[in-house]
Amino acid sequence: MATVRFTRNLQRHVACPSAEAPGATVRESLDHYFSIHPRVRGYVLDDQGALRHHMAIFVDGRQIRDPQRLTDPVTPAAEIDIIQSLSGG
Amino acid sequence: MSSRFHVATRKGLFTVARDSAAWSIERASFLGDNCTLSLHDPRDGALYAALNHGHFGVKLHRSRDAGATWEEIAAPVYPEKPADYTPTHTPAEGKPVDWALKLIWSLAAGGPDEPGVLWCGTLPGGLFRSDNHGDSWQLNRPLWDDPLREQWFGGGADQPGIHSICVDPRDSRRVLLGVSCGGVWITEDAGASWRLSGHGLRAEYMPPGQEFEPNFQDPHLVVQCRSRPDALWIQHHNGIFRSTDGSASWSEITGVAPSTFGFAVAVHPHDPETAWFVPAIKDEKRIPAAGRVVVNRTRDGGRSFETLSAGLPQEHAYDLVYRHALDVDSTGERLVFGSTTGSLWVSEDGGDHWTTVSNHLPPIHAVQFEKPA
Repeated sequence: MATVRFTRNLQRHVACPSAEAPGATVRESLDHYFSIHPRVRGYVLDDQGALRHHMAIFVDGRQIRDPQRLTDPVTPAAEIDIIQSLSGG
Repeated sequence: MSSRFHVATRKGLFTVARDSAAWSIERASFLGDNCTLSLHDPRDGALYAALNHGHFGVKLHRSRDAGATWEEIAAPVYPEKPADYTPTHTPAEGKPVDWALKLIWSLAAGGPDEPGVLWCGTLPGGLFRSDNHGDSWQLNRPLWDDPLREQWFGGGADQPGIHSICVDPRDSRRVLLGVSCGGVWITEDAGASWRLSGHGLRAEYMPPGQEFEPNFQDPHLVVQCRSRPDALWIQHHNGIFRSTDGSASWSEITGVAPSTFGFAVAVHPHDPETAWFVPAIKDEKRIPAAGRVVVNRTRDGGRSFETLSAGLPQEHAYDLVYRHALDVDSTGERLVFGSTTGSLWVSEDGGDHWTTVSNHLPPIHAVQFEKPA
């Protein structure tokens, strides 16, 4: 199962421990994670289920290509990192 | 008489209280976080704080112990946009708004006969209602689905939004909204149906022939006299307007020095002829005239104004006061206002004299007195 990890800056606002999550895509993995940690969803995705504008997701170190639908594939050994897009100085 | 108010700022929520000697900061909550608005519900004493975390979105928190502890509650969520949705009208800005919460711009308690009811106005233009103290929210579909709503456009912000919610003290089903830019909307059946009002409002920025179009108006704030709810005041993008007939018609008030531009307005809770404004040089500059912070007060329904400055900085002061950053208490004697440069002033005599509470708070979004039910 893929591992889902979150920026420490988010952990200040909501408990979001790293966890394994099954799924063939980023969407499936995150849906599984959010089913266990439902409050985290609104911090990462917007009302329509797209990745928030200033957030970024990396799978095994590569930024995903579909932040709207999160269809990027993940492997069972993947590491999914959810971070803030860098902005400011 | 109110002895406590809340100050929502770019870097936290501050509670200010008066003891026998002076006003001072009693508590700081959410330090470091952008608290864009707060609500004190006079019916049950609950406090609500809206936070905008930027990257992580807009959140709501509630305290039932006067701010000692907080719990995150549901934030309004826009429903899933239908895949085949296309606006009936072409929006003024050429593209439809996102169906996603951008900002909580207004919060209001329902009437005394409907405990737990809250109204929430948002960018990009959705009105939400909660029947359970904010545990869950529902988008008001009659307003959202009105084809005229699709014509709203942003005033200052990139998206339109609802910043004013006036629940009629005589009838909780009658609710009036102020929208930038979308004019003044009224329901008389608790949101089942809405009508656009505002005859007489004038939008100088519109092309010739469309200045009086009600749906294109930019009321910066609409306030309602508690004892005379048909008496309303608007600080509009291009002037001051008054209604005495519940928004059926509006009269523009002109010739007010130093300016009729501003964001904030407060109306006396029992005297509909008395209102306060914080003027600024109009829209392209947005600073006090001549570097002087002043409050304009009328006590005769706008026929004349006094410019009040005692206790306020009168040279090289560039404080701007946002629409929710001026409030009057339930007696009409105590006022508070706060500025973008973190200054906070109170008056205990209807604005004749002002006392500085702080000159170094974070930028102030909103102030609100705790008021009795």
